[in-house]
Amino acid sequence: MFEYAPAPESRSVVDLKPSYGLFIDGRFVDPTDGGSFKSINPASEEVLAEIAEGGPQDVDRAVRAARKAYEKVWGPMAGRDRAKYLFRIARIIQERSRELAVLESLDNGKPIRESRDVDLPLVAAHFFYYAGWADKLPHAGFGSNPQPLGVAAQVIPWNFPLLMLAWKIAPALAAGNTVVLKPAETTPLTALLFAEICQQADLPAGVVNIVTGAGETGRALVEHEGVDKVAFTGSTDVGRAIARAVAGSRKKLTLELGGKAANIVFDDAPVDQAVEGIVNGIFFNQGHVCCAGSRLLVQESVAEQVLESLKRRMALLRLGDPLDKNTDIGAINSAEQLARIRELTEAGAAEGAQQWSPPCELPERGFWFAPTIFTGVTQAHRIARDEIFGPVLSVLTFRTPAEAVEKANNTPYGLSAGIWSDKGSRILWMADRLRAGVVWANTFNKFDPTSPFGGYKESGYGREGGRHGLEAYLNV
Amino acid sequence: MSERVAVRKTYKLFVGGKFPRSESGRSYLVQDSNVSLASRKDARDAVVAARAAVKGWAGATAYNRGQILYRVAEMLEGRREQFVALGVPGDEVDAATDRWVWYAGWSDKLPQVYGGANPVAGPYFNLSAPEPTGVVAVVAPEAPALLGLVSVIAPAIVTGNTVVVAASPAAPLAAVTLAEVLATSDLPGGVVNILTGRLSETVPTLAAHMDVNAVDLTGVTDPELAADLEVKAAENLKRVLRPVPPDHDWSADPGLRRMTALLETKTVWHPKGV
Amino acid sequence: MTATTTSARSDLSELGRSETALRTFLHGLPGVDQVGAEQRAAQLGTRSIKTSAKAQAIDLAIRMVDLTTLEGADTPGKVRALAAKALRPDPADPSCPHVGAVCVYPLMVPHVAEVLRGSGVHLASVATSFPAGQAPLEIKLADVRAAVAAGADEIDMVINRGAFLAGRYSEVYDEIVATKEASGDAHLKVILETGELATYDNVRRASWLAMLAGGDFIKTSTGKVPVAATLPVTLVMLEAVRDFRAATGRQVGVKPAGGIKTTKDAIKYLVMVNETVGPDWLDPDWFRFGASSLLNDLLMQRTKLTTGVYAGPDYFTLD
Repeated sequence: MFEYAPAPESRSVVDLKPSYGLFIDGRFVDPTDGGSFKSINPASEEVLAEIAEGGPQDVDRAVRAARKAYEKVWGPMAGRDRAKYLFRIARIIQERSRELAVLESLDNGKPIRESRDVDLPLVAAHFFYYAGWADKLPHAGFGSNPQPLGVAAQVIPWNFPLLMLAWKIAPALAAGNTVVLKPAETTPLTALLFAEICQQADLPAGVVNIVTGAGETGRALVEHEGVDKVAFTGSTDVGRAIARAVAGSRKKLTLELGGKAANIVFDDAPVDQAVEGIVNGIFFNQGHVCCAGSRLLVQESVAEQVLESLKRRMALLRLGDPLDKNTDIGAINSAEQLARIRELTEAGAAEGAQQWSPPCELPERGFWFAPTIFTGVTQAHRIARDEIFGPVLSVLTFRTPAEAVEKANNTPYGLSAGIWSDKGSRILWMADRLRAGVVWANTFNKFDPTSPFGGYKESGYGREGGRHGLEAYLNV
Repeated sequence: MSERVAVRKTYKLFVGGKFPRSESGRSYLVQDSNVSLASRKDARDAVVAARAAVKGWAGATAYNRGQILYRVAEMLEGRREQFVALGVPGDEVDAATDRWVWYAGWSDKLPQVYGGANPVAGPYFNLSAPEPTGVVAVVAPEAPALLGLVSVIAPAIVTGNTVVVAASPAAPLAAVTLAEVLATSDLPGGVVNILTGRLSETVPTLAAHMDVNAVDLTGVTDPELAADLEVKAAENLKRVLRPVPPDHDWSADPGLRRMTALLETKTVWHPKGV
Repeated sequence: MTATTTSARSDLSELGRSETALRTFLHGLPGVDQVGAEQRAAQLGTRSIKTSAKAQAIDLAIRMVDLTTLEGADTPGKVRALAAKALRPDPADPSCPHVGAVCVYPLMVPHVAEVLRGSGVHLASVATSFPAGQAPLEIKLADVRAAVAAGADEIDMVINRGAFLAGRYSEVYDEIVATKEASGDAHLKVILETGELATYDNVRRASWLAMLAGGDFIKTSTGKVPVAATLPVTLVMLEAVRDFRAATGRQVGVKPAGGIKTTKDAIKYLVMVNETVGPDWLDPDWFRFGASSLLNDLLMQRTKLTTGVYAGPDYFTLD
């Protein structure tokens, strides 16, 4: 046997402070009416830092700072100068990428291989992409003189903390808005390091404000009278509540919510790549991915063989220390999320689906869940309908392309879908019919700043990325 | 010599390409005519008709949809005097006709303007294209009776959506007459469904309906009602177009917003290799 | 779909009897998506192999080297020196294992055989009018018989790429069968010359063709065309041997050759073997590196691991 020795990435590159304040008007400040909470490493349950919890007054301070910056500095600033600040931020992110990647893995639990090779390169690329738009807005297709909206309230999830921050902040700033961003309660640390990067870039005070906290802080932010724009990424339930909260207001809203994507494998698929795509589709980032390919729809004629290959491949997944460079599956982000995954998988087993995981030793401390597949799943099972947001794949079968489309679309969600086939005309036929904002054919979970991302139906509205991503932050 | 007795018109709903009376059997009087007073069930039936029409209409070629919208303009032009007789100014009918022509031309151009290839950093073909969101519930503006109505229907359907329109309660005759134009324009049944009557009866049903994909609240003048409808729409995350101010200039260039707000962008990736 | 999908332990021996059957089978193999295959190979290349794992990998890689010289200028003296190095790659360290084989032209075989006799190091000879293979079959077979007679226990043959690309699969098949027969007890490595096959689909088909015809090993390259072994090509070949064993029960070895120069490269290949076909192939009997300069880099890295200081080329023989 060829055993890989531990290959831990050094965490010495990260300089953690014992506690962090709120980042308002260019400075770290203590909360006025909030308390504090702890951010822990989900792989060890070790406390990483004490984090300020922003209360309503803190949110108000942040929104006022953003308003002032919008009116006095950022709004009037020439687009080419806004661009330069964004380019500067992109460069600093590249320069400090190791530090950011390690911190992301510490706080989130995701493997360093992913934070290093996926998250961080995409974060920098996103700032680069939107930096270039800042002085070209009249050419973006939204009229000759599109205007920013003002102050954007942005609430982001814990699955890609820094990447979601980039998806929110880069287009908002490029379009001329200022922002108040609330990172997820379990993963605030890279956002706070990003605040330091804003300082390092000499970004004018108040253009970016980071208010940490939990759901109540987020609610205070999106409901604040002073915000013109609300952007949220997270669960469909919270998205629904936000849509209700902004009803009747002037606030423009974009939502990027849940998903239950079908990954459809035909009998003529390039099978080895399809198996990689299935694995990447559901086990990337522990399945904490809104566009995860959580429903495998495999053509009956090859179902047995695909599953055999999939199981063989799953047995190779290396679960463990997120900072080990050879780890494929890291920690579940929180005890709460782990409980939800357990609840849904227990329901899957109780409802009669067959559960399988490769032999997989889970560390004693921290939050872990072995990569799991369910076979014998039907459309009626909860695990085929509810978003699990974990490393759990439900396997269903189909006989014809039309049946595949019908099953794939039979969900209130519509974020993404996958198609695996060597037949071009069938891929295009399927792509036309799948009600999903992103269709990956013979690939999966690919992202790019130029490529619009967002859902149909209850997966939300609006697009992030590309020219389309600007629309959310312009008065059009 | 006795004067000829006129044949009066019955103003009914327009659902699924047919002209049914309200299932409730009720009507209300407008300009000396009895107009159907649509019920919640009529709204429900209209959604069913609109949903049934989505597949064919969204699946039609853009060229075909453009031709049909242009055909609507032709039919409307021919019925100019009929609208004038209802009190719609001739200029407004002309503007409404021109608006159909304008939108007709967008059917096969919007996907080029609003979508396109994305230069991703990798060996992938990557294309974003707009698609219709599905069934759209529309509250038509109170006025102008015809131009306002056309200005909310045409942008919704040109891209392949189907609509259930709550006509202006005060000016339903133009709406029903427009339905007659639509019914003779090769527009498939169910693509446009028009309900007359009280907004308070039909619109909350439409806003809450879980098989409706978007609501256009353009004609809602009561801010509280608008907010309530938006709350209802949130239940299944409908796309929402908010009301326009009362002084909205309907003769101005409409831009793309009314079309793009009712579209989904689908992005397709595929590797490039040998 | 894959061969694994054909019922276990299928009898595929009849395929070679008909051009149509062979073509239908080879074109029925699942396609290979280039981008996906290359990404998988690249991803495996990011594995971090350190300390004890690295030491284990280096020794294994040394044991897998087919130490090769295939130059027009080769002389008995040159190949004898190479063979001596094969036996004791690091004269300063007796714990260093010997390599897998020495690989030379047929004319050089007797000289190498003298040195290697009884050592456990195999003696491979390229034959069949290497590297172009553009000679009449009888001459190629004579080439093989001569090499075997002179002491080669492994024959590295080249397939007829022209016939393969023209779709004359039976011709390629028959040639491999004939070469296998001519090789007698010697192991037959079939060089696909993947750099000339243009697509991974072709690599997969050629791999299957070679295995169906009786090849004991499939090998990427002659080293004489611009594109030699690559990680993704080797990945596709490993998938082929994996699926072939699942289908027929017979295990076939894989040998990437050419262009593998560093320890880092070699370890990437070993990781790929480990995570594609598993430990059954992590053995010199089933996986080889066709290389020459690779060995010295492995030795330098090995020394670094034992001494803690970086080595220099002057301390290793240049044979």
